[in-house]
Amino acid sequence: MRNASWVVVLGAGAFVALLGAALGQDQLFRTHMWLLTLVLVLATVVMLRTLRFSPAPAAQIPFKSAQDDVQYMDTVIRYGTIATVFWGVVGFLVGVVVAAQLAWPQLNIEPWFNFGRMRPLHTSAVIFAFGGNALLATSFYVVQRTCRARLWGGDLAWFVFWGYQLFIVLAATGYLLGITAGREYAEPEWYVDLWLTVVWVAYLLVFMGTLMKRKEPHIYVANWFYLAFIVTIAMLHVVNNLAMPVSFLGAKSYSAFAGVQDALTQWWYGHNAVGFFLTAGFLGMMYYFVPKQANRPIYSYRLSIIHFWALIFLYIWAGPHHLHYTALPDWAQTLGMVFSVMLWMPSWGGMINGLMTLSGAWDKLRTDPILRMMVIAVAFYGMSTFEGPMMSIKAVNSLSHYTDWTIGHVHSGALGWVGMISFGAVYFLVPKLWQRQRLYSLRMVNWHFWLATLGIVLYAAVMWVAGIQQGLMWREYNDQGFLVYSFAESVAAMHPYYVLRTVGGLLYLTGGLIMAFNIYMTIRGYQRDEIAMGEEAPAPGTVSQPAE
Amino acid sequence: MAEDKKDIDEISGVETTGHEWDGIKELNNPLPRWWLWTFYATIIWTIGYTILYPAWPGITGATAGVLGWTSRGQLAEEMQAARAEQSVWLDRIDQAEVTEIAADPELVQFAVAGGSSAFKVYCVQCHGSGAQGSPGYPNLNDDEWIWGGSLEEIAWTIRHGVRYEPDFDTRFNEMPAYGRDDILSRQEISDVAWYVRQISGQEYDEEAAARGAETFEIECSACHGIEGEGVPELGGPALNDAIWLYGGSHEQIVAQINNPQMGVMPAWGERLGETTIKQLAVYVHQLGGGQ
Repeated sequence: MRNASWVVVLGAGAFVALLGAALGQDQLFRTHMWLLTLVLVLATVVMLRTLRFSPAPAAQIPFKSAQDDVQYMDTVIRYGTIATVFWGVVGFLVGVVVAAQLAWPQLNIEPWFNFGRMRPLHTSAVIFAFGGNALLATSFYVVQRTCRARLWGGDLAWFVFWGYQLFIVLAATGYLLGITAGREYAEPEWYVDLWLTVVWVAYLLVFMGTLMKRKEPHIYVANWFYLAFIVTIAMLHVVNNLAMPVSFLGAKSYSAFAGVQDALTQWWYGHNAVGFFLTAGFLGMMYYFVPKQANRPIYSYRLSIIHFWALIFLYIWAGPHHLHYTALPDWAQTLGMVFSVMLWMPSWGGMINGLMTLSGAWDKLRTDPILRMMVIAVAFYGMSTFEGPMMSIKAVNSLSHYTDWTIGHVHSGALGWVGMISFGAVYFLVPKLWQRQRLYSLRMVNWHFWLATLGIVLYAAVMWVAGIQQGLMWREYNDQGFLVYSFAESVAAMHPYYVLRTVGGLLYLTGGLIMAFNIYMTIRGYQRDEIAMGEEAPAPGTVSQPAE
Repeated sequence: MAEDKKDIDEISGVETTGHEWDGIKELNNPLPRWWLWTFYATIIWTIGYTILYPAWPGITGATAGVLGWTSRGQLAEEMQAARAEQSVWLDRIDQAEVTEIAADPELVQFAVAGGSSAFKVYCVQCHGSGAQGSPGYPNLNDDEWIWGGSLEEIAWTIRHGVRYEPDFDTRFNEMPAYGRDDILSRQEISDVAWYVRQISGQEYDEEAAARGAETFEIECSACHGIEGEGVPELGGPALNDAIWLYGGSHEQIVAQINNPQMGVMPAWGERLGETTIKQLAVYVHQLGGGQ
């Protein structure tokens, strides 16, 4: 009868959603509520099927192993890991589609699959669905291990996981239907935002509760970063999405902010979504998985504490650099720029601690593609956290702003840092979570590593060239003092770069698919018969020894 | 672990902090010097920069910076400098009639450069990067001019727009909706469309065109000319050539007679100023078909 209360809650939720579908004030809201009803009814049915009314031994839930949930609550992490891989592949795929749409506009399929709706689908899928699930799963894993405590709150962790998936589904379907708040990286409308707030508070409670009941005297540095991420995202999300719905039974809402204040609020949110979601959260991941995989101590405790506080203090002010040369007052632009420059070293503190942790273990890179993935992640982190402050300098920004250089910068951070460190964590986690001796294939990890790296390098290099060319075309004057190019000419000039960028994305997607297969086979319990990494294939003619 | 007992990492020989989480220890390495000094350098640079430029907010305003720099001020300066460099030419264009500009080879060179630049910003959206037009938007490279192709007429069209109601002097005409308003029968519209096909040198239905010729003379020739050669004074486009704004197939011509599309062009005079209008007129005039 363990799940009985969940059945009631889900059933009630389905009924409320049905009411929304019946009474909704606009077609979009009704459609969205129908979708929600469908999801919740399905969930109710699934939960009903797990109910046993006789006092029999606990039902065999898939993914649940015998000793599970004795010490640590790992089943939810298993789900989270699978969700990470699934949403990752979905997000990369949509990314390839939108890249292709920019290169070949004929691929815009109206109205559901045009660029305007697919673009937020891509950004949300990779940031919030892929990255968010990676953070959820790893934070639950890390906080339990480093606190020697089971997750606090019992089934609350399950609520966080499924609640978050529901948020993703509502956000994604909303985009395709044409429901949007029009705020970058915060496109879901008010009711989806409210739901995420509930889920996020539950996440904070689970995480804080676990920290509180830890059996270690000190809190490990990874948990500082995870906590900073959870707390700050809660604040950013609530403030940025303050809005008044047109109707409590309608999809549309209006922001509490207007004009340049709104622009600043949005970039305060947007920049710190990068800072606290994509940087602090994943630094937490790095601080656990790199030393574990390298089997070396963290390089410097002092550096970790200084760069942590410097990072979270400075990051929150840097948002205005997204609004250089706009209606934003000059003083705010200045502050956005100087705080970004000061942020350079605090960001690099994480890179130093990540890379130097490998001192004494560099030889492992030859044979361990998972560690290689983590190292390249840290390297890309270092590169993009140098590029960021540089681009925030007004003189550089006057060339780079509004060009594809920005897109390239974001992707070297997202594909290189966030993606690679998550892949490394997933490859580390899966054999441990499913009690497998090793991954299905390390050589496939190596393939993933090279495909992804090549994809990123191609993507970033192409976008640098494209962005700088765009910027130069826009500001090109002839000797009589007149503009040389029309905007449309700069768009036309981008075509070859957009094609190459799509190829880069395809390489990255292919790597993701290889990972999905590798993870699937590992979970199924297979091990690929292959020559260990770093060893040569036996020369032809030699007789190979049968294994044992 | 006892606090006084030092835990030394064997590989690096560095002391750890003595804590351990799930097998992870931390070395007690100091902050890298280069890291720390670079961090300090960025802070010192920040202090200097925020003294020089507008930066710190207070209750009623923000510090202005000792350099007195503002982004608006910089823009004004740059605009002024750009203007100053061009002023010799711009002043001459200001004072000259558009025909005088066209007669002065030096001025033409400048006006064409300026007109081309303005065209790229304001006109390409409808008329295309090469001024080649697109369905519903006239090609400006040919010698057919709906509202006249002389320098003054082109300038007037740019200045006041076409069917742009806020401008009192806008180019205005209206083609009757012959089908929608039941002025002509379907048969008559079809016939006259065949006649238009005939005078524009395309394949046509002889019988129908013969019937349509009479209707054309009564209903259409006042604005489109007896021979369909167009009446620029009234903005009646020529129909006896291969240039079509809304398509030259029988079906498209019928559609246009039945319920005409009539495009709008904004008046640019107030927005761009007379100097730019003149340059645009000279530029468009020399594209190929100026009269």
